[in-house]
Amino acid sequence: MDKQQTRNFIASRVAKEFKNNDLVNLGIGLPTLVANFLPKDVSINLQSENGLIGLGPKPDEVNFDKDITNAGGQPVTLLDGGMYFDSTLSFSIIRGGHVDVTVLGSLQVDEAGSLANWIIPGKMVPGMGGAMDLVTGAKKVIIAMTHTNRGKPKILKVCTLPLTAKNQVNMIVTEMGVMSIKDDGIHLVEYNPEYTLDEIKNATEANLIVNNPIKMNVEV
Amino acid sequence: MKKLLKLNKLKDHVFDGMSIMVGGFMVVGTPEFVIDELVKTGVKDLTIICNDAGLPGHGVAKLISNGQVKTLIASHIGLNPEAGTLMSSGEMECILVPQGTLAERIRSGGAGLGGFLTPTGIGTIVEDGKKIIETNGKDYILELPLRANLAILEGSIVDEYGNVLYTKTTRNFNPVMATATDVVIVGARKIVKRIDPDSVMTPHIFVDYVIKEEL
Repeated sequence: MDKQQTRNFIASRVAKEFKNNDLVNLGIGLPTLVANFLPKDVSINLQSENGLIGLGPKPDEVNFDKDITNAGGQPVTLLDGGMYFDSTLSFSIIRGGHVDVTVLGSLQVDEAGSLANWIIPGKMVPGMGGAMDLVTGAKKVIIAMTHTNRGKPKILKVCTLPLTAKNQVNMIVTEMGVMSIKDDGIHLVEYNPEYTLDEIKNATEANLIVNNPIKMNVEV
Repeated sequence: MKKLLKLNKLKDHVFDGMSIMVGGFMVVGTPEFVIDELVKTGVKDLTIICNDAGLPGHGVAKLISNGQVKTLIASHIGLNPEAGTLMSSGEMECILVPQGTLAERIRSGGAGLGGFLTPTGIGTIVEDGKKIIETNGKDYILELPLRANLAILEGSIVDEYGNVLYTKTTRNFNPVMATATDVVIVGARKIVKRIDPDSVMTPHIFVDYVIKEEL
């Protein structure tokens, strides 16, 4: 798979995790792609923390409106039934546990379900934006990311970068598999048959608990 | 209209070393024409409180480029590389605050609260130097209120009393900031006689001055 296929593969698998009427917040980047792969029989509500629910696709020239943007500042549209609100209500929704699922990318995730995705000291200082509130408040936190960064594992025993939150991640989806984080560690619950279990373990610094994982079923 | 202020009179309401809250999210909901005037005044050593650092050439990024900002309090500066460079070199102090915590700190400042308890940031460097309080068996960070000398907001529609309506995603931080500063200046895209009372998002009692955008 090339880079785009890998991203689509991960996004497509994440899209199977939602139930009807779930309120979902998708992070910028790879997680945004998840919206392209929603199953036809599942209808969800997408929230954007800058202040809307009912996030629709990118506008064309006709329905472009500079006053409607997502949390990345990109132009979007509002679906029928959607609405706008201010930042305090937006974060009451987020911190108050009203978001069913949040999907974010990450630089590192560890065995305790901690994640680091907002700063690389001395190199990259984007800031946490709404990420710390989202992973703390959402009922389910899914990390959608490539399994490694230039061959280096991102799923670690203990995160080395400054944390975004402690013990909040429930699931990791990569091009190699689907991992569930429980009290006893990271379980590989599904794997991509393009890789052997040894290859997946070798690309993971954390201890992977492997107990009859099933094959990932993803059409891209 | 009593509260109407000429754009070139903005200078009468700013001073070196002051703190300013600027509404908007990635410049959506930021009154660009008032920021341009603030650049013209040359006022310096500002503490800017804004969701982000704007976009290159837009919003508070203009103040940063012009060297007017001493301290930036924001949740995200990633879309303005210059802000990251100035932060790393120490030329501009940058205090990063989780977005929900930023909104709620401003709300506390405007609502007369002494602060609030949030689980956001527990176990991260955000909790450094702050009081951790346990209630019902869970740890929370005590976050303190935030206020400023001036708010610069964008109103999509303002009426002759100074009531404000914000359209679509321009609303974001604007209404809460209107409650948390000594002086509130609204840059108005459009002024009408009366906004339907049910549709008012910021009551006129919060608004000190309205500057009309020349479109």
